[in-house]
Amino acid sequence: MSAAAVPPSLHDHAADHLRFIRDTMARAADFTAVPGWGGVWMGITALVTAAAAGPPRDTPAWVGIWLADAGVAVALGLGAMVRKARRAGVSLTGAPARRFALAFVPPLMAGAVLTGVFVRDHLSTRLPGCWLLLYGAAVTSGGAFSVRLVPVMGICFMALGVLAFVSPVSTGSLFMAAGFGALQIGFGLIIARKYGG
Amino acid sequence: MARSASSRQSAISSRQSAVKKAEKTPLSLDRLIHERLRLGIVSALAVNDRLTFNELKRLLQTTDGNLSVHARKLEEAAYIACDKTFESRMPRTEYRLTATGRRAFDKYLAHMEAIIAAAKQ
Repeated sequence: MSAAAVPPSLHDHAADHLRFIRDTMARAADFTAVPGWGGVWMGITALVTAAAAGPPRDTPAWVGIWLADAGVAVALGLGAMVRKARRAGVSLTGAPARRFALAFVPPLMAGAVLTGVFVRDHLSTRLPGCWLLLYGAAVTSGGAFSVRLVPVMGICFMALGVLAFVSPVSTGSLFMAAGFGALQIGFGLIIARKYGG
Repeated sequence: MARSASSRQSAISSRQSAVKKAEKTPLSLDRLIHERLRLGIVSALAVNDRLTFNELKRLLQTTDGNLSVHARKLEEAAYIACDKTFESRMPRTEYRLTATGRRAFDKYLAHMEAIIAAAKQ
């Protein structure tokens, strides 16, 4: 009798079943309604905003234009997420969505507080590094409860944030365009193609 | 009326016998959970308060018919509970793991781990 014909042992069966249980539990806990196309649209608006706002300036107008873009991005992202969840029959109030939100929102709240502090202390020109770093932290921690690509995107954002902090202030808009624009569009397209929209 | 009472009685006794059949001694294998798709359903529900029919179908990459049949078996054994509601006039079926199902799943996990531990000795 060849080795291939030998029936697998009871031990192998048990190990295989445990592996299947672990994999299923891990996949079942993932939040899959991350919006790919929503990310693409968010990226496009960020590119337009980067061109319109120009290099970072310590003025309410420069901060305001980016905050307006953030508002548009939130609306686009949430809208796309609701549409994707509806299409896939996925709940946005279930445990995976709650876990994702609980991990995603705190770094964004920290970003909102730090934005106020940076503006008050006339450090607005350093906001690109702060925003990229904290948005990256939100995506990375939320991504721990989502598909594998999401935390990778978060780490890329964080890396750009660090680079923005150590680079000259005048390059801030380039980092904003690279992160909130190009990176968001690139990952959005991959997520849309691989994970259904 | 008499017929409906008797059919209800027979449904209850069939459910009780299914539960008894499934809840054997700790060392006997629970065949109800052992089947791959049913094991997938119970595993997925073990980490979620509730999952919709579509979520389970996508997660386990199976067909409507297959999922219905296996979910029904778990429901008959009272391992999972099913809630049917309407959302924007569309029917929505949600499943959740019952206390009986949780116990059976824990017992099944312990059984698998015991087999692996025994093989290592």
